[in-house]
Amino acid sequence: MENSRRSFLKIAGLSVLGVSAGSMLIGVTPRLLRASDGDAQPKFTSRPEAMTATRWGMVIDTRKIDHDLNMKLQEACHEIHNVPDHVGISNAPRHEIKWIWPTEFKHAFPNQEAQFLSSRLEHTELPVLCNHCENPPCVQACPTKATFKRDSDGIVLMDFHRCIGCRFCMAACPYGARSFNFRDPRPAIKTIRDTFPTRSKGVVEKCNFCAERLAQGKLPACVEASEGALIFGDLNDPGSDVRKLLDEQFAIRRKPNLGTFPSVFYIV
Amino acid sequence: MQDKGKIIAGLIIFFMILTFPFWYNRGAASPAPEPELTQKAKEAKVCIADTEYMRTEHMQVLDVWRDTVVRDGKRVYVNAEGKEYVASLSDTCMDCHSNKAEFCDRCHNYASVTPYCWECHTYPEEKK
Repeated sequence: MENSRRSFLKIAGLSVLGVSAGSMLIGVTPRLLRASDGDAQPKFTSRPEAMTATRWGMVIDTRKIDHDLNMKLQEACHEIHNVPDHVGISNAPRHEIKWIWPTEFKHAFPNQEAQFLSSRLEHTELPVLCNHCENPPCVQACPTKATFKRDSDGIVLMDFHRCIGCRFCMAACPYGARSFNFRDPRPAIKTIRDTFPTRSKGVVEKCNFCAERLAQGKLPACVEASEGALIFGDLNDPGSDVRKLLDEQFAIRRKPNLGTFPSVFYIV
Repeated sequence: MQDKGKIIAGLIIFFMILTFPFWYNRGAASPAPEPELTQKAKEAKVCIADTEYMRTEHMQVLDVWRDTVVRDGKRVYVNAEGKEYVASLSDTCMDCHSNKAEFCDRCHNYASVTPYCWECHTYPEEKK
């Protein structure tokens, strides 16, 4: 048979068609078979007791806060989240990890006019934590989307699996709410709770508004330990406890001029 | 081709050295280990899906669990039979398979995979 360009192109075209159709069949068939072997496919839901909101928020009544309560809040939070105590156990204060911690008024509210500040505010320490901003700069900074704002309830969360430890989020956060694991956290945890994972060296961590407790229908640990000084609820629900309180009392937020719209309010 | 003999001899030696690991270890390959079930796992009889599926796909299942729990906040897994499980490695998987050394590590070591789950997630032996 004499080979012509025409017959060569014919054969080449047919083979390409055959190979692609064949590989498509190989790829699609098992999927079709699997789809037809029963319409019950695994799916995901939430627990029925889970607490839901469209935007979780917190109101901190600074009039009820004192040093002991601050310590109690921090202990409650750090204990259930396996937060390492590098200050006490490893004696490495520069590697400190904190989710909620007390600070002075002038540091919590540096833009606030504080001349002739009431002595109560001047001398008490206020609890500060991640503000779960409506417009979180950390989320914009994260190159891997390891930190993200959950669409369903506005909580700013960390996906430790994806964190590469670049610390852009720490530079972006105007509240210093994030800590970096410069060293293995496990040796500095008094008792490792198996209800929450620890972190590994090289990831950033911060308060998660107790997302794992809300999913079980429990209030955040600090709110539970606060004896009524911390109030938690849905900021988008006019009937919620936080909204009622904000309606009655004047409350301020940290660094409002930055446009981050924090979800944590302070009654002063 | 004056050095025919030398070249062929050299090639034979070269291929012997190249294939040394194969014939030296012939027949000595250790058999694939069987994961050991705890009493609780034996009593339950089935995992969240059938054994064959779990054996080949557990890593994909865990990957989907982790993304759905962390990113979507949906923490309950409903399997094809409609049974509900809390999607948690430490709380659900390790509840039945509480013998990490015999159940997880044996095969992982054999297959030379080192999942880094345990850098953060706890397993029962660790409890103090």
